[in-house]
Amino acid sequence: MIVYLMCFILFLTGMYGVLSQRNLIKIVIGLSVMEISIFLFMALIGYIDAGVAPIVTQTGEQLIYVDPLPQAMVLTAIVIGLATNAMLLAIAIRLYKKYKTFDVRKINQLKG
Amino acid sequence: MEVIISVIIGFMIIGAIFALNAKDLLSAVIACGIVGYGLVICFLLLKAPDLAIVQIVVETITLIFMVAVILDSSSKELNEKRWTHLEGTSYINTRFVVNITTVIVFAGLLLFFFSQAIDVLAPFGQHVTRMSTAYIENGANQTGSANLVTGILFDFRGYDTLGEATILFTAVIGILTILRLKGKQ
Repeated sequence: MIVYLMCFILFLTGMYGVLSQRNLIKIVIGLSVMEISIFLFMALIGYIDAGVAPIVTQTGEQLIYVDPLPQAMVLTAIVIGLATNAMLLAIAIRLYKKYKTFDVRKINQLKG
Repeated sequence: MEVIISVIIGFMIIGAIFALNAKDLLSAVIACGIVGYGLVICFLLLKAPDLAIVQIVVETITLIFMVAVILDSSSKELNEKRWTHLEGTSYINTRFVVNITTVIVFAGLLLFFFSQAIDVLAPFGQHVTRMSTAYIENGANQTGSANLVTGILFDFRGYDTLGEATILFTAVIGILTILRLKGKQ
């Protein structure tokens, strides 16, 4: 149970970053921390005590496998997270080229 | 096992807090790497080697992207005071009160829904496979893949992977559109 709570605290840390920081790069960092906490949570759900990695071997003995379904979903989500992160950073580069600053307050004040 | 993973998540939280409060963007990005690589160790402990491999590659690429973005930027704006206080205004005004109240209400709501969700879940380590029981029993025979995760990813849930590839290419098109310096005259 404590491990779920720690995961939730990690999510809240990322959310604090997104809500409180003024620097675009730090907002991206906060978003990626939130993302990572969700990946970790899904991997934690699928874990079974004394289970082995879900790879079938030739030996005939009956093994307990860790649930492979959340792992497959997280694998998809990690790649999508990379794509969204790259897109956010591209927007940050573009804004920096235009306004010469990463500070959202200054970007807000400038017109055009 | 639960204690070890909790300790690693504790380090990840410390890294995240340092990344958000660092005075220099480069150290913030490096501290963000702590979170990603801590996740790799957690995946290895949770018996998910495929996820660990993918995450270590993705984290390295993200780190390179971020360093490339901040290399030619100045970080002097980080040293400005966070809470600028105007003369003649009191610290406690309506906006301040509204903000704090909203934050407390939303934190309470999140905690409530979190406790509701945790009640439904089985305790850590006692997960019961429902959907994936069939995958585990027949997956190796039906897909011919010894690795059940890749078997599910590319066979049973192939459309998910197709959608993922679509999102990747959409993101590439978006990045090219954003970073294009000049359009057709």
